[in-house]
Amino acid sequence: MLKQLTHTQVWVHDQDEALAFYTEKLGMELREDITLPELGDFRWLSVGVPGQSDVAITLMAIPGPPVFDEETRAQIQELLAKGASGGLFFSTDDVRASYEELKGRGVEFLQEPTEQPYGIDAGFRDPSGNQFRLAQLN
Amino acid sequence: MASTHPVRHLLRAKDLIDARYRDELDVATLANVALLSPAHFSREFRRAFGEPPHQYLLTRRLERAAALLRNTDRSVADICLLVGLKSVGSFTTSFGRTFGMSPTAYRAAHAPALSRARVPTCVLQAYARPQSSMFGEDGRGRRG
Repeated sequence: MLKQLTHTQVWVHDQDEALAFYTEKLGMELREDITLPELGDFRWLSVGVPGQSDVAITLMAIPGPPVFDEETRAQIQELLAKGASGGLFFSTDDVRASYEELKGRGVEFLQEPTEQPYGIDAGFRDPSGNQFRLAQLN
Repeated sequence: MASTHPVRHLLRAKDLIDARYRDELDVATLANVALLSPAHFSREFRRAFGEPPHQYLLTRRLERAAALLRNTDRSVADICLLVGLKSVGSFTTSFGRTFGMSPTAYRAAHAPALSRARVPTCVLQAYARPQSSMFGEDGRGRRG
């Protein structure tokens, strides 16, 4: 049966921009960056949270033909830019300190740290429009 | 690098409403974030998100007010100011039209959602925001 979640995927508007954001601003580490000429230069790009080596986030460019027709690609691009693409949840030991540090690096927050019964959480976006939660859980 | 999708700039303005609904936010400020002229901005915002920016701002404030009514014991007047609205009378009217009851009755009728499920704030905010376009009391948001 299923054993473990190993990869999750987010669409990104631009892989170079995303890689810089996830590593330089969010402090993640590069896991894989492999371009495959036989697959039309498909680029398998993944990052992960340091210390959590068994889960990676794949930063996927939105493909055109033969994967998606141009109209579908444009629709996904627009939905991503509208913030309609879902997101990921992260935990931290000190959300207020993380908020200040990330904000200082230019990360765009939708919600400053807010106390909730389950802990303190905050919300931010990546340059593509993906939404993230950062929580300090009780 | 691929240039930024134009709608991404509009999302930045929508995010600014979610982050700073407590403040005075006029259309000019929001348009500036979206890199558009105020007239163009309101039209494009509506096209992208299905409602004009001043309405999104008002419904965000009403959603936050409803959450404060459910989850705190702050007074109605306090809550009105906390969500960025200035007139308690207008707030009470807008709230009544949107939720079908007064703020006080709403508070009495709803136990905090978080006492039942550990849903994150983003889910609460996204799903609890009222959809009504029936109100018009918040004239401040229509500037510009």
